[in-house]
Amino acid sequence: MIISLTIILLCQLLGEVVARGFGWPVPGPVLGMLFLLAFLMLRDRIRRRVPEFGRALDSTGRGLLAHLSLLFIPASVGVVQRLDVLAEYGVGLIVALVVSTFVTLVVTVVTFVGVSRLSGSTMEAADDPTAGEKP
Amino acid sequence: MSDQAFFLWVYLSQTPLLWLVVTLGAYVVADRVSQAFRRHPLCNPVLISVVAVGLVLWATRTSYPVYFEGAKFVHFLLGPATVALAVPLYENRRVVLRAIVPMVVALVVGSVTAIVSAVSVAKLFGMPTPILISLAPKSVTAPVGMGITEALGGDTALTAILIMLTGVVGSIMVTPLMNALRMKDWRARGFAVGLASHGIGTARAFQVHSLAGTFAGIAMGLNALVTALLLPLVLKLLLD
Repeated sequence: MIISLTIILLCQLLGEVVARGFGWPVPGPVLGMLFLLAFLMLRDRIRRRVPEFGRALDSTGRGLLAHLSLLFIPASVGVVQRLDVLAEYGVGLIVALVVSTFVTLVVTVVTFVGVSRLSGSTMEAADDPTAGEKP
Repeated sequence: MSDQAFFLWVYLSQTPLLWLVVTLGAYVVADRVSQAFRRHPLCNPVLISVVAVGLVLWATRTSYPVYFEGAKFVHFLLGPATVALAVPLYENRRVVLRAIVPMVVALVVGSVTAIVSAVSVAKLFGMPTPILISLAPKSVTAPVGMGITEALGGDTALTAILIMLTGVVGSIMVTPLMNALRMKDWRARGFAVGLASHGIGTARAFQVHSLAGTFAGIAMGLNALVTALLLPLVLKLLLD
C-alpha cells in the first residue's frame, strides 16, 4: 500500500518535472499516467520471477478512483466565486454545453462504428461477455 | 454570540479541519442521496455536494480561499487519481488493442469535435476569450481539464463547474440518443460517452452495460491525453 502510493506519487512527480522542465502544455499527472502505464508493463515482466512485486498497485489505484467524485468538490465549490460569470453568460454556456455534447456523442459513435466496419474490427462475440445471454 | 462561542468559531474557521469535515460530510450525504435515487443522472453527487457546501459557506460568510485552505487536501488527491487511471487502462489492454483502429480515429475526430463545437457555439454568444479557454476542455476529466485551463491562462474554477455540467448533460442524453440512432455496438456507445462526458459518463455507461463501461473508461483516459496535446493548437486556430 505505502509502496504503491509512493510509486503513484513518484510517477506524478516525474510527470510534473518533465512537463514543467520542457515547458510542455501537458498536465504533469497525464504524463504521470503514461509513466505508470510503462511501469505496469515492466512490473508484469519482473513478476514472472518475483510474483510479489508491485502486487498492491492495482488495488491502490482502484482505491484512489473509487470516490473520484469526492475529489472534484473543492474545485467545483469555486463556482461561488463565479456566480457573476454564470449570471452573465449562463444561458450561452448551457446552450454550448448541450449542443456540443450532443454533436460529440453522435460524431464519435458514428465514426467508431464506420471505421470498425471498414477496418473489419467489428464487435466480435468474444468481446461481448453478455453475447450468449441475448435472445 | 457569547465570547466563548465566538472564540470557538475563530479557532474552527482558521483550521483546515472544519472545512475538510464539511467537504467529506457533504459528499457522504450526497452519495447516499444518489444511491437512494438509484444513481439517477440528475442526482449527481458532485452537484449536490457543491450546492450543500456553497450554502454552508454563504450561511457562515466564509470566503472561498478560507474554505480551500482546508479542502485542498482532498483537492491534492486529483493528481494521484489521474495517474491511477493507468490501472484500468492497463487491465483492458487486450480488448483495447483489438479495437485500436476505430478507437484512434474516433478519438481524434471526437476530441476535435468536442472542442470546436463548444467554442464555436460560445463564440456566437460573444463570450470573451478567457471564458472560451475555460470552456474548451469541458469534455475532459476534471484534473486534466483544469490543468489544461491553468496552463492556457483560463479560469480553473469555471472549468471545473463546466466539466461537471457536461458530465451530467451527457449522462442524461446518451441512452435515449444511442437508442434513437439504433447503435448496437456497446464498444462504440461506451466510447462516445466516455469521450464526451469523462468520468460521470463512464459511471453511466457501467450502469447500462459492462463492455460499454470499459470502453468509456478507456475513452476518458485517452481523450484526456489527446485533448491536452491538441487543445492548445485547435484553440489557436479557432481564436486567431
